Amino acid sequence: MNRLISPFFRIFRFYYDGFRSMSWWGRRVWGIIIIKLFIIIIVLKLFFFPDFLHRKFKTEKQKSEYILEQLTKSK
Amino acid sequence: MFENADLSLVDWSRAQFALTAIYHWLFVPLTLGLSFIVAIMESIYVKTGNEEWKRITRFWMTLFGINFAIGVATGIILEFEFGTNWSNYSWFVGDIFGAPLAIEGILAFFLESTFVAVMFFGWNKVSKKFHLLSSWLVAVGANLSALWILVANAWMQNPVGMVFNPDTARNEMVNFWDVLFNEVAISKFLHTISSGFLLASMFVLSISAYYLIKRREILLARRSILISGVFGLLSSLLVIYTGDFSAKALAKAQPVKFAAFEALYEGKQNAGLVAAGILKESDKKIGNTAVNDFVFRIQIPGFLSILTKGERDAFVPGIYDLVNGNQSRGIMSVSEKIDRGTKVRNMLEDYKTARKNNDSGKAEILAGMFRDKKFNDENFRYFGYSFFKSPDEAIPDVKVAFYTFHLMVMLGFLFILEFFLAIYFLFRGTLEKQRWFLWVALCSILLPYVAGELGWVLAEMGRQPWIIQDLMPVSAAVSQISSGSVITTFILFAILFTLLLIAEISIMIKQIKIGPKH
Repeated sequence: MNRLISPFFRIFRFYYDGFRSMSWWGRRVWGIIIIKLFIIIIVLKLFFFPDFLHRKFKTEKQKSEYILEQLTKSK
Repeated sequence: MFENADLSLVDWSRAQFALTAIYHWLFVPLTLGLSFIVAIMESIYVKTGNEEWKRITRFWMTLFGINFAIGVATGIILEFEFGTNWSNYSWFVGDIFGAPLAIEGILAFFLESTFVAVMFFGWNKVSKKFHLLSSWLVAVGANLSALWILVANAWMQNPVGMVFNPDTARNEMVNFWDVLFNEVAISKFLHTISSGFLLASMFVLSISAYYLIKRREILLARRSILISGVFGLLSSLLVIYTGDFSAKALAKAQPVKFAAFEALYEGKQNAGLVAAGILKESDKKIGNTAVNDFVFRIQIPGFLSILTKGERDAFVPGIYDLVNGNQSRGIMSVSEKIDRGTKVRNMLEDYKTARKNNDSGKAEILAGMFRDKKFNDENFRYFGYSFFKSPDEAIPDVKVAFYTFHLMVMLGFLFILEFFLAIYFLFRGTLEKQRWFLWVALCSILLPYVAGELGWVLAEMGRQPWIIQDLMPVSAAVSQISSGSVITTFILFAILFTLLLIAEISIMIKQIKIGPKH
């Protein structure tokens, strides 16, 4: 069991020590990364960038019919 | 062009995509190039055991880390935009775009979560050789990651390896290797990564010049200039070579774009390459589009024919030939392409009606035609022209294409000169005395960014009106959403990316002022 846990623990310690001993710029960019990911993935994706076809149609067939309609609309 | 498309919606959607892509490209090329420079420096450290090389490596690795971290995930927004603003396009391209982007995502995830961590956290914790291997893997991985994005982009410039399925209204990949080894993809990948190498070399040269101007970190600066000078010179030569390769591929796949960036209206043999020139709109028109004349130009006789097809006598088609057609040269007119595209569109309409009427026999016959290679080569490849009202809609903005191309090329030659002078002064031992050169090098830090962005403006605006060359114009690709929502997100992005850029520049400047600490 110890032999199984050991590599995972070593990887955990590697990251843990790395983050703990980060320099000032490392801490700052990690702060920026977290804020940025929150804005991009949570705020922008959820509230501003819904998937247009997914929101409008339930099935793949409906989506393809809609696109076919768009492609064959008059000039 | 596309009756139901609101022009301001198309323009705002394009502007938003351009803004996001331009900002994203401020971070990417430095990652592509600096990762290799850092790996080269670390290799010298591991080989020589000289601690000063370790210090140099760690300093540039810090700047690499700042840029990498701030730039991470800025490209995801482009994917959001596909689903929201460009849903017709996203559906129409099917898995062709999805597959390379998925590979890129997986590659980027493994790269970022493992080897970048070893690069930054692994000093004195893993062996020197494993650390070096991680640095090289980050460099190779970052560039391979770019490959998949560029393969996807190249498919838009030269769609190959697919068939259109009218049942799903999607293009389906039938030959992955055709997509991967698309001539435009190869040339675009090599040209883009070498421009990233060049940019990073100039970045290192400029900051090293700053230290020499300030008379501090002399050894770090001299060694960094040695590496960046040699790497930069080789990269700039590679940029020129791959640019030529890229132009040859464009001449075949996107001849109108090629003619536009040379402002070549009348095709000719022994065509000259315009080295520099100024355009002005003339009274002549093609349809409703004004023709540009040269106020002045410096031309190298016969060089465009040689660059395009390797012979002086080769015929290079101009915009007139490509729009009006030139039977003697076997060039089809846009009017003929509109007719062929319209034929395909009518067939799609028939297919839709047959499906609605449950006429499966007729629907199957029509669907079978879309699988036929001859039909695809002779008709479907011109499908996008069916959205045109007049042939001149096939002409991009010639002035934008001409100036972006020529400015980019001029900057390319300036970079060669700068890297050459850096090496020359360094080997003569007079670098620190050449204060003018150090200032020029410092002031040049932004120029490769300008050149890179110009390259993208040329690539994307030069191929207008297409989102997928000959298959789909941008006006047919947009989602039917309100332009107000696109304007809102445009402003949000402008604020978000500007803040990120300010954060990067301020952290970077602070770190450069501190200098290497280790």
